[in-house]
Amino acid sequence: MSAPKTLYDKIWDAHVAHEAEDGTCLLYIDRHLVHEVTSPQAFEGLRMAGRTVRAPEKTIAVPDHNVPTTLDRANAETMTEDSRIQVEALDTNAKEFGLHYYPVSDVRQGIVHIVGPEQGWTLPGMTVVCGDSHTATHGAFGALAHGIGTSEVEHVLATQTLIQKKSKNMKVEITGSLKPGVTAKDITMRVIGETGTAGGTGYVIEYCGQAIRELSMEGRMTVCNMAIEGGARAGLIAPDETTFEYCKGRPHAPKGAQWEMAVESWKELFTDEGAHFDKVITIKGEDIAPSVTWGTSPEDVLPITATIPSPEDFEGGKVDAVRRALDYMGLESGTKLSDVEIDTVFIGSCTNGRIEDLRAAAAVLKGKKIKDGMRAMVVPGSGLVRAQAEEEGLAQIFLDAGFEWRMAGCSMCLAMNPDQLSEGERCASTSNRNFEGRQGYKGRTHLLSPAMAAAAAVTGKLTDIRDFA
Amino acid sequence: MEKFQTVSGVAAPMPLVNIDTDMIIPKQFLKTIKRTGLGANLFDEMRFNRDGTEVTDFVLNKPAYREAEILVAGDNFGCGSSREHAPWALGDFGIKVVISTSFADIFYNNCFKNGILPVVLPKEAVDVLMEDAERGSNARITVNLEDQTVSATDGTEFKFEVDAFKKHCLLNGLDDIGLTLQKAASIDSFEVGYAAQAPWV
Repeated sequence: MSAPKTLYDKIWDAHVAHEAEDGTCLLYIDRHLVHEVTSPQAFEGLRMAGRTVRAPEKTIAVPDHNVPTTLDRANAETMTEDSRIQVEALDTNAKEFGLHYYPVSDVRQGIVHIVGPEQGWTLPGMTVVCGDSHTATHGAFGALAHGIGTSEVEHVLATQTLIQKKSKNMKVEITGSLKPGVTAKDITMRVIGETGTAGGTGYVIEYCGQAIRELSMEGRMTVCNMAIEGGARAGLIAPDETTFEYCKGRPHAPKGAQWEMAVESWKELFTDEGAHFDKVITIKGEDIAPSVTWGTSPEDVLPITATIPSPEDFEGGKVDAVRRALDYMGLESGTKLSDVEIDTVFIGSCTNGRIEDLRAAAAVLKGKKIKDGMRAMVVPGSGLVRAQAEEEGLAQIFLDAGFEWRMAGCSMCLAMNPDQLSEGERCASTSNRNFEGRQGYKGRTHLLSPAMAAAAAVTGKLTDIRDFA
Repeated sequence: MEKFQTVSGVAAPMPLVNIDTDMIIPKQFLKTIKRTGLGANLFDEMRFNRDGTEVTDFVLNKPAYREAEILVAGDNFGCGSSREHAPWALGDFGIKVVISTSFADIFYNNCFKNGILPVVLPKEAVDVLMEDAERGSNARITVNLEDQTVSATDGTEFKFEVDAFKKHCLLNGLDDIGLTLQKAASIDSFEVGYAAQAPWV
């Protein structure tokens, strides 16, 4: 009998197309997702070398990073010149090389990490890459998924493989159940709070335990999405009935006998009893609180009931980093997080732009109004999420509460399009990064869950969802 | 890609931890469809005021460091986004080596594709080199990839680890894709076996 393997070991082993003596492998790639910002130089490189796309049928292109989210976006004039050139370049490249393509005008367009799963491109056991760090999202299906740079995008386009060495295995177990008001976002932020943003460097994380099993696919995607914020190459969750149920019937999922065959093989995708993990972290689900970030790194996270720390609470290089962060954020040590006033709310992104996220926010907002002067927007993760939210009456709840109801895209998560914070604006955001300038020059970001973001829009400050009625 | 040569020169100190790729090259500069010209906007929001004037106390604006070829940085350099624009901007500015205790995974890999050497050293070594770097043009650091050494100004040598394949490619300026295509037969035969096993892929 062969040695027990982790889920990561199994997926890795199934995709090694070539292994050199020093352990450098050519890893075969099943799905390559492409967007407009990190791909133009890769396609240009192919052309200059006279190469082509090896597997266009496994390559999916969608513009998302800098497309406008305003309702009039079909009008090309709403895009800045440089953004328009990038989107047009993707359009040209997708058509010339024969890729699967969802242009801005297609109702299926959206954030690449939401479109992939929604269309059934992402399936258990696959390798998935994209020139975007949040590719980790797809790990929720038990797929090995990670971000790559543009040179690697070109490499995958040309060869359908990546030159890789294997990472180490880390297990993150969340035992028991979550308490009311606590979400997948709080799990993933809590883990980063434990490990730090470099704690996962060199590892692939497998998330497991009862609290993970109890999450929907949407929640699992939120958890894996932020694996990269902990430095990990990828996050994984073993597929189960919840996964199969989500995949079944999606446009590009297998059908009939092939579906049965696929499910049989997917049932083998779990970590064997006794398999070795290089690092193990265990957190009790009941100990996780609704959380929010206070600084400029995703590791700067605390329960909403906490107070803002002081630089002296830290050691080494982090002391200066915290001093700088508090100055940037305009916050005083000792202030209660629940006293921090905000002026902007952003609900969306590949972290929290799925239907379940919009349902959670709408449930909080039903029959309520956002605070006077608050700027609040919902940017659905895809055109199909948007359509479903309209059908379920969620869009009307957002509009009645005073939110803007936008078209799909990355939007204010990275603020490459006009959706940006102004200098000094403070935003409660369901996105994934609170870096300096991330949501706009000198803008200030507090990361939190969709329900917490919705509550903050109503009260005008960071709010404990458990106290909100 | 150009072959990586031994670098000997002034190093700029950036002791801040968790310097992310948004800091290295903010998103407004990702709207280019070229790989070149990004050096002008390296560390843009730390380096320039809103009116375009220089932030005088930012390290790369100080006379001693304007020509720096080496960065000595705090832990976890290059975390965040996968944007290869970060190494493109560093390279275009003239940075050939970044030294830190740790790098984010994607950034680390991206450097090698662009002729930049990321060097990982233990904290004690980085502390020594950081001190050297603080001394501006009074101190020179030498990085030799062939021997895998970094030499501080006083001659102290620090040995570093680097993957043999990555080293080989950097030293010889090799194109990954060309190398992989030499193994096309392996990819072809893998695809055949795999398609039989998982026809839905």
